Amino acid sequence: MTSAILEARGAGFAYRRAAPVLADVSIEVTPGRGVALVGESGAGKTTLLRLLLGLMRPTSGRILFDGAELSPRDRVQMRAFRRSVQTVFQDPYSSLDPRQRVGRIVAEPLRSLGLPAPASRRMDVAEMVAEALRAVGLPPDAAHRYPHEFSGGQRQRVAIARAIVCEPRVLLADEPVSALDVSTRVRIVDLLAELRETRGLTVVMVSHDLAVVATLCQHTAVLERGRIVEQGDTAAVLGSPRHPYTRRLIDSVPRLPPRASQARS
Amino acid sequence: MNVLDVTGLTVKSADGRALVSDVSFTIHSGARLGLIGESGSGKSLTALAIMGLAPAGMTVSGSVVLDAPGLVRTEVVGAAERHLNGLRGRAATVVFQEPLTALDPLMKIGSQLAEPLRRVRGLRGAALRTAVIAALEEVRLADPGRIAKAYPHEVSGGQRQRVAIAMALACEPALLIADEPTTALDVTVQAEVLALLDGLVSARGMALLFISHDLAVVAGVTDDVLVLKDGVAVESGNVLDIVNAPRHPYTRELVGSARQLDGALDWSPR
Repeated sequence: MTSAILEARGAGFAYRRAAPVLADVSIEVTPGRGVALVGESGAGKTTLLRLLLGLMRPTSGRILFDGAELSPRDRVQMRAFRRSVQTVFQDPYSSLDPRQRVGRIVAEPLRSLGLPAPASRRMDVAEMVAEALRAVGLPPDAAHRYPHEFSGGQRQRVAIARAIVCEPRVLLADEPVSALDVSTRVRIVDLLAELRETRGLTVVMVSHDLAVVATLCQHTAVLERGRIVEQGDTAAVLGSPRHPYTRRLIDSVPRLPPRASQARS
Repeated sequence: MNVLDVTGLTVKSADGRALVSDVSFTIHSGARLGLIGESGSGKSLTALAIMGLAPAGMTVSGSVVLDAPGLVRTEVVGAAERHLNGLRGRAATVVFQEPLTALDPLMKIGSQLAEPLRRVRGLRGAALRTAVIAALEEVRLADPGRIAKAYPHEVSGGQRQRVAIAMALACEPALLIADEPTTALDVTVQAEVLALLDGLVSARGMALLFISHDLAVVAGVTDDVLVLKDGVAVESGNVLDIVNAPRHPYTRELVGSARQLDGALDWSPR
């Protein structure tokens, strides 16, 4: 069994003097096995993602990175953590600095991590940025342009390029496609699937969109009111749901009418 | 009888770009039409133009005729604001995407709902209060007394959208325009609100113009659709025909994308 890169062990979070928004959540992110966190607004998906990102500390339980408890004060560990775990946010309009050129935005993780290390300089920053932009399907001249010159789908590609430029092992994405039109959504989902294959990237995704989850992640955890009510293989959880809430979630997804050929048979 | 007759509707921005170009469609009384397209396709602008609410600086040409029972048949394009105010709500009304911005944040829900009831039905005092509660009950809000006394931010998104629907229905419109009414809602809430809308529109025999980017949602609500791309109507017809045999390349792409995502939800052994 491969060991987990990231793990929440009995993690919970409560704001001061308030009921917990997340309670006793245990979940593992193992290499190559994408994880989906599914649930409705207020279920605690984003809170869990923030805990896994080290942006908030759990008020109970632990978050483990490569088997060691994640501690934001440990600078050596946090450097290794930021190198391994990167993120993409929901809204490509607010997650990119409008006053920086795309090249500088994408290079940001390299700057903050001090990469590439001067001793082992195989590639310089510009080459790594160009490589990341190529990987997400943007033209090389994109580096010289500003975010407002791009459409929503292209901006999300820029955000993904920024996340993968330091070659992380895990990509945590918070509703990465829900702000996009359906055809753009399919293209970004395809891109994430491609990066998963070519770069061995493990994608952890928060989403309310079950179709996207089913395409990208092998493992699904269903959250309801701060608790995981069901988790396991995506095909099992979404295909034969055991918990009533999961069933309700699946039944609520609007479906296309069956193809004419199927309808006749 | 056609409640709505749109002919050659064109909306141009201040710098002369055509945002909606030569769009034509009709809706019979009690019929339903879906308007489908992606962001920037001109769906919402079409809805606003029908209400005579196109943003300042935009020029609207072509013809939009509203013909509701009991009201004068009216050409909306070029009509005086005073004249349109008499039509809005009664001939046609809109439920918008985001109920948090559609409702006044400083006014209790009951008072907001009372306004159209007072204006259209001329109710006052105790009768008005009863009508407010009845309207909230009709959109199946549990505990209507509490909701009426609450401010919009104190209730959930789904409840807010139900309130917005109640306000739209309060005027007893001949045509209801629903502009992405469930896009901002969670998927289980979306299913409930769609079922509610479907039931109310049928029960009252209202005509419905349903605007959405989601083919699956539209297919569940209306029989006929019009596909918009960059302000141009590229295809129209029965929703099953379009989903099964799209003719225009853009519709094919749209249906293909929707199919791809939809297919991921087929759990039968692969």
